Amino acid sequence: MRLAYASTLAVILATTAHAQSDCATGLTLEDGKLTIATGNPAYFPWVMDDAPESKKGFEAAVAYAVANEMGFSDDQVVWTRSSFDEAIQPGAKNFDFNLQQFSITEERDEIVDFSLPYYAAAMAVLTRQTAIDNGATAELGALKGLIWGADANTTAVPMLTSIIAPDADPLLYGDNADVVEAMKANQIDAALFDLPTALYLSAVVLEDGVILGQFPADRSEEPDEFGFLLEEGNPLKTCIDGALTAMKSNGTLAAIEAEWLSETTGVPVIE
Amino acid sequence: MTALLETRNLQKSFGSTPVCCGIDLAVNPGEMVCLIGASGSGKSTLLRCLNLLEPIDDGMILFDGHDISVPGLDPQPIRQRIGMVFQSFNLFPHMTAAENVMLAPRRVHGKTREALRPEVETLFDRFGLADRMAHYPDQLSGGQQQRVAIVRALAMRPEIMLFDEITSALDPELVGEVLDVLRQLRETGMTMILATHEMGFARELADKVCFLDAGVIHEEGTPEQLLSNPQKDRTQAFLRRIL
Amino acid sequence: MVTRRQAYETRVRRKANLVAGGSTVLVLAGLFILVPLAPGWPAVKKSFFNADVFMQTFPGLLNAFLLDVTIFAWSAPLIFALGLLVALARDVRAPAAYPLRLAAILYTDIFRGVPVILVIYLIGFGIPGLGLPRPYNSPYIWGTVALVLTYAAYVAEVFRAGIEGVHQSQRAAAASLGLSNADAMRFVILPQAIRKVVPANMNLFIALQKDVALLSFIGPVEIFRQAGVYKSLLANFTPYVGAALIFLAITIPATRYADYLLSKQRRART
Repeated sequence: MRLAYASTLAVILATTAHAQSDCATGLTLEDGKLTIATGNPAYFPWVMDDAPESKKGFEAAVAYAVANEMGFSDDQVVWTRSSFDEAIQPGAKNFDFNLQQFSITEERDEIVDFSLPYYAAAMAVLTRQTAIDNGATAELGALKGLIWGADANTTAVPMLTSIIAPDADPLLYGDNADVVEAMKANQIDAALFDLPTALYLSAVVLEDGVILGQFPADRSEEPDEFGFLLEEGNPLKTCIDGALTAMKSNGTLAAIEAEWLSETTGVPVIE
Repeated sequence: MTALLETRNLQKSFGSTPVCCGIDLAVNPGEMVCLIGASGSGKSTLLRCLNLLEPIDDGMILFDGHDISVPGLDPQPIRQRIGMVFQSFNLFPHMTAAENVMLAPRRVHGKTREALRPEVETLFDRFGLADRMAHYPDQLSGGQQQRVAIVRALAMRPEIMLFDEITSALDPELVGEVLDVLRQLRETGMTMILATHEMGFARELADKVCFLDAGVIHEEGTPEQLLSNPQKDRTQAFLRRIL
Repeated sequence: MVTRRQAYETRVRRKANLVAGGSTVLVLAGLFILVPLAPGWPAVKKSFFNADVFMQTFPGLLNAFLLDVTIFAWSAPLIFALGLLVALARDVRAPAAYPLRLAAILYTDIFRGVPVILVIYLIGFGIPGLGLPRPYNSPYIWGTVALVLTYAAYVAEVFRAGIEGVHQSQRAAAASLGLSNADAMRFVILPQAIRKVVPANMNLFIALQKDVALLSFIGPVEIFRQAGVYKSLLANFTPYVGAALIFLAITIPATRYADYLLSKQRRART
């Protein structure tokens, strides 16, 4: 009797799971809700108009696709905001997962957990027309002679020192806006960003900004991969990884990337 | 004989408080004049006016026949010729005794330390300070500090010396050594004006004693006349109080 | 032979020492026993007091601190000189020099009223943004200018207080000797004023040593920024603890010394 009951239940569950996985049941902060954190503000091209609930922008779209894959409807997704430091500091989190271009690194992984990567970012060189007029080219030798800047909180910093190894000490800043300001003041010639950020800055922020070239993710020694950030030991990871794997194999993820990061094409590759 | 320093109807007030209310005083070359009077009678202010440390409101100060109280006159050249010693010594605490003495001759007369040394050594020697030249003021007794201050003023070779109650801040046993310096100075024929409470000293050395009261010279005369036989009631009352 | 009073005072002192020692031990025991008992302690320890991370990053932090020291070393004399000039400008009484006095007053009011970091941003990015050629647009130059302008305003006020603190009788003595106003200031007033304000200035220069880190906002990778890079790479806050220790190693002795000078001066005055 008990056996029959159990198998019936299993059949029912299996049927529902066909449409919606239940691997997240009981594992979220709040039953029946999936709380997702993004940056404050979140910006192009990751989240359009700082409004993740619009599902517009690469990360917003990925977040909803993963949520659906995990068995949540769009209405069950709850957004919250967190700074970088809040995300990595020890202690309980106020989100189930957090996505704001967190690069997966071994050291970070000791403090928090990461999902499988949802994006492998190419690094791109942002510069100004004046620097190109002065002879800056996408040759590694020419790049060494430039004065470099970067956002100190990004993996652009180790990449700068290991791949480009510039002659002059690079200057580092607290955020993108300051890097751009230094570029406008002609204090730096070029800066290293992940490609989407570089595209955004050259298109929207820096008037005569030009993308000189990109280092493709698979050519750099340590490709910069973005993952969802979770509290260390969060059992939800298995469920998220399952969803991401499914989205990679069925092409959903590639389609979202093409839709929101399509501009990435056309930028020359630095050999 | 023309007076070396003379005031005519000198008036000075601080805000609405009159301090000197028409002082007429004449000091001849080689004379020693003592100013006596209660605190606040205007002695110190008169001396500060004579040295142009305070501008006067009205009247005139004649030095060597020239009006030095003309408004806008550069006071420095005058002050270089008039020496002044203060009640509280006012030595420069960050300089040795010798440096204190040499600063003004070096800066004003452009002399070098080497050129000044013999003269300064002689001065220190004369006033019993030969072994104190390298001492800082806080290493000296009050009497020694005041003697250094006198040497400092003398090193500018002034034509007249003003002494503003220079023994008032001293312990009683140190007063004598400073008065001895004045005696020595008197012998050299230096013209001097002293504001003082030392009546015995005034009687001994002064050519003239002036009693100041309420901002005017109330009575003046030789020490004999003024101190032993004062004519006016207020002078008598003052002398009774302090003797 | 111990007098009654001495015996009483010894008793009082002994009791005070016991209480002070006892309460110190209690507080330390509380810190070292209770804090590690907190449920979050292992995570905090891993993030803030991670020995591996500390060893790995400390040499890099020390190296970056050299830049702080260098910036301090060239800023401090400039601040001293500019502060002194401004203080002197405020003391000039000649009517022709009134614009100078006014400028000095405006300058000290403005730069003491604006946060250092704002001045660094505005000058560090703003002036090079006008189109200065290299190397004159360097953030090192303009960051230093910002620090110098800000701190000289404070130092000028300290010097002014020192100049005003020299007794009027010193001016009178200098004047009575026939010294010019300039000579009186240079040889009599200033040497005393500068000595008087050494402790106050030391405190300002200790603050400067810390504020040098603010230059990191406009690019230079000094210790604070280097610690931030490590924090971001290693997802660990231990480098900040390392940087704090390096700062303390400099500032605590300097602060103690300034306090010592101050209390010595207070004793000398009484």
